[in-house]
Amino acid sequence: MGLITSPASLTLVEADDGTKIMNPNIVITSFDKIINWARVSSLWPMTFGLACCAIEMMAVYASHNDLDRMGIIPRGSPRQSDFMFVAGTVTKKMSEVVRRVYDQMPEPRYVISVGSCANSGGIFNSYSTVQGCDTFLPIDVYIPGCPPRPEAFIDGIIKLQEKMRAEHFHWSRWR
Amino acid sequence: MEPAEIAEKIKEQFPDEFLEVREFRGQAAVTVKKGRLVDICRYLHDEPSLFFDFLVDLCGVDYLGKKENRFVVLYNLYSVRHRHRILVKAEVPEASPSIDTVVPIWAGANWHERECFDLFGITFNGHPDLRRILLPEGWEGHPLRKDYPVKGPGPDQEWKGFTEVLARAQRYKEFEWDE
Repeated sequence: MGLITSPASLTLVEADDGTKIMNPNIVITSFDKIINWARVSSLWPMTFGLACCAIEMMAVYASHNDLDRMGIIPRGSPRQSDFMFVAGTVTKKMSEVVRRVYDQMPEPRYVISVGSCANSGGIFNSYSTVQGCDTFLPIDVYIPGCPPRPEAFIDGIIKLQEKMRAEHFHWSRWR
Repeated sequence: MEPAEIAEKIKEQFPDEFLEVREFRGQAAVTVKKGRLVDICRYLHDEPSLFFDFLVDLCGVDYLGKKENRFVVLYNLYSVRHRHRILVKAEVPEASPSIDTVVPIWAGANWHERECFDLFGITFNGHPDLRRILLPEGWEGHPLRKDYPVKGPGPDQEWKGFTEVLARAQRYKEFEWDE
């Protein structure tokens, strides 16, 4: 099996937009597509939580919703992470740490802002709270909610995957 | 012992320091002068029939425009042996917001007094390590004071640590990958 024995087996079958399968085991596709497929299928988030949204985030990681099935395994180091959740209220004192964690992540990196506080400061319009973590971080996906339900988390991750899938040549500085 | 009896005992022992007692729902709050507060606390802690061995809480209160002495430091005391409780209040004027420390009596007062110093600006004389505890070092002002602006002193007087983060975020923008 797997050997091309006759010209008749060389027919191309369109499996997906831009991907063709040649009978029986040759796939023709673009580099972007296959690398993005790999990146999207193993997204490793930074283990980092700030407030009550982090409790909800732990629930999403746990067995009931089980992000492992999407290839999402929380990492203990920013150097091994592909993206980070900013889950919770960002205080001005903590903003320094959040920014440093982000700076330590290797490119390509993404940030998901989780919950009202990280998105806009939420109810904490006060002297100590950052009014939206996008003031000092580039945010890719905003998840609304206070805190968001696990479904919202998963939807946010799917939105990030959609964004990554549409990227061209974003996996290398070499261009 | 009933709260009223405890208040009466403090009054007997320190007649010059005692200002007033207020009872509400079975709890008594004794207001005293701040001068000999440590002696009063030492008495409450050491006297066998009182034996207040547990400082439940220590907090500051700001009565801006409502009282002659602006601040009050409140000691919530409990006796594990006798199962009774008393609140001791000491008034602190705005001009010299300072009071003696009770850390030698209850070591747990250490961080409470630091918090009170951090958020109200009341200094505790004789405290072993009086630094800010919640706010970052270099923060200006004491946010739980009633005259502190809730939304901060304004963008031009922003805390330096945060303006540095914002400046760094701007500076690093040129290294971001963009489509």
